[in-house]
Amino acid sequence: MEVHLTTPLKTEDLEKLKIGDQVYITGTVYTGRDAAHKRLVDLLEKGEELPFDAEGQVIYYVGPAPAPPGKPIGSAGPTTSYRMDPYAPALLDVGMKAMIGKGPRSQAVIDSMIKNKAVYLAAVGGAAVVVAKSIKESKVIAYEDLGPEAIREMRVENFPCVVANDVYGNDIYKAGVEEYKR
Amino acid sequence: MREVNVKDLIPVVKKLCIDANYYMGEDVIAKIKEFKEKEESPTAISVLDIILENYKLAASEKMPSCQDTGIAVCFIDVGQDVHLVGGDFTEAINEGVRQGYKDGYLRKSMVDDPIIDRINTKDNTPAIIYTEIVPGDKIKITVAPKGGGSENMSEVRMMKAADGIEGVVEFIVDRVRRSGGNPCPPIIVGVGLGGNFEQSALLAKKSLLRSLNEKNPNPKWAKIEEEILEKVNNLGIGPQGLGGRTTALGVFILSKPCHIASMPVAVNVQCHAARHKSAII
Repeated sequence: MEVHLTTPLKTEDLEKLKIGDQVYITGTVYTGRDAAHKRLVDLLEKGEELPFDAEGQVIYYVGPAPAPPGKPIGSAGPTTSYRMDPYAPALLDVGMKAMIGKGPRSQAVIDSMIKNKAVYLAAVGGAAVVVAKSIKESKVIAYEDLGPEAIREMRVENFPCVVANDVYGNDIYKAGVEEYKR
Repeated sequence: MREVNVKDLIPVVKKLCIDANYYMGEDVIAKIKEFKEKEESPTAISVLDIILENYKLAASEKMPSCQDTGIAVCFIDVGQDVHLVGGDFTEAINEGVRQGYKDGYLRKSMVDDPIIDRINTKDNTPAIIYTEIVPGDKIKITVAPKGGGSENMSEVRMMKAADGIEGVVEFIVDRVRRSGGNPCPPIIVGVGLGGNFEQSALLAKKSLLRSLNEKNPNPKWAKIEEEILEKVNNLGIGPQGLGGRTTALGVFILSKPCHIASMPVAVNVQCHAARHKSAII
């Protein structure tokens, strides 16, 4: 199934998604990798506010290449998600509704998605120019010192991804492999 | 004795960094197309189509095909009749990397120490440089940018002779199984057999410089590579780990003699962005 979603995401829209669905995201997406996640979770532990309102938002695991002249962003494909597993549940607990990355998630993250009715979307790793074309604007909003790992606010149009974990605990990384192994 | 000024290496290294990141090798593109024809999963076919489209766009837009433009791994064969003059050889290679990553709008992915501060060096240096002295009066430079996602799925294991070829094959296949969708499949599996602990890892890395169009020149290893490839593709991991018949595009083995007590085996996992470009000076 092909689904077009606009951020901030609504729980009732996410409840309709099934693993394998092709999703196109339009709206605002925040970026973050290992180092930024550590800082965000440190803020939450201290009871401080995040640099953006998490409610219904999407976080994209990416460290983009620098923007060439005349382009809003450089190549910007997903990074491997398991490195964010230790931090992801804390962000889902404060209202984030979707994560975009590549590769499978831990059971703890999957459980947190069920609890918080959130989803994990897979973008195509290495397809960094294809993804960059869906990013229309990008600005650093926090942690500029982290260079490519800084938190960016991006405006995206029809960002292509596949539902990898739905709100019901289904996991394409297990189901897909089961179907095609011999 | 032929004199070469190290400053002449700088623009060569710079161009190789940029070209490797913008222009995917024809062998990789042809092999992905070949596997797509045999692929059974509709999701996998659409992922392979996106990957192929991405390589086309990267070349036409002059952008790196992947945002992880990697550590700049440089293999440099220096002819023994070359006399390097004009400055520090290592610094010249690093200057080429610095200029390539800046002017090519490539991502700077190096941090200054692995654990304590992890501060980005902001110019993607230092490069990892392997030099070898070879006959002749030429210098061959190969730049092979290597991303972190696939590198993280790599492993060295000191096995026993009693493990036999079956044990080695099982270790390699299991390494791919445990990697799942993390290293951006379809992957290439680089294998280093023998030598010692660190040489096995270097052999695995070097094996990845082979073209996907070339078979292993040793028929014995060529056959084992094919067997491993079939087993790996029977895992069902598929492109990006979403399920499918295309988990790996190839298996490359390089082997060396080793100690009577040892059997080192290294697996260096390479994502589909198998980048390497060479030049001869």
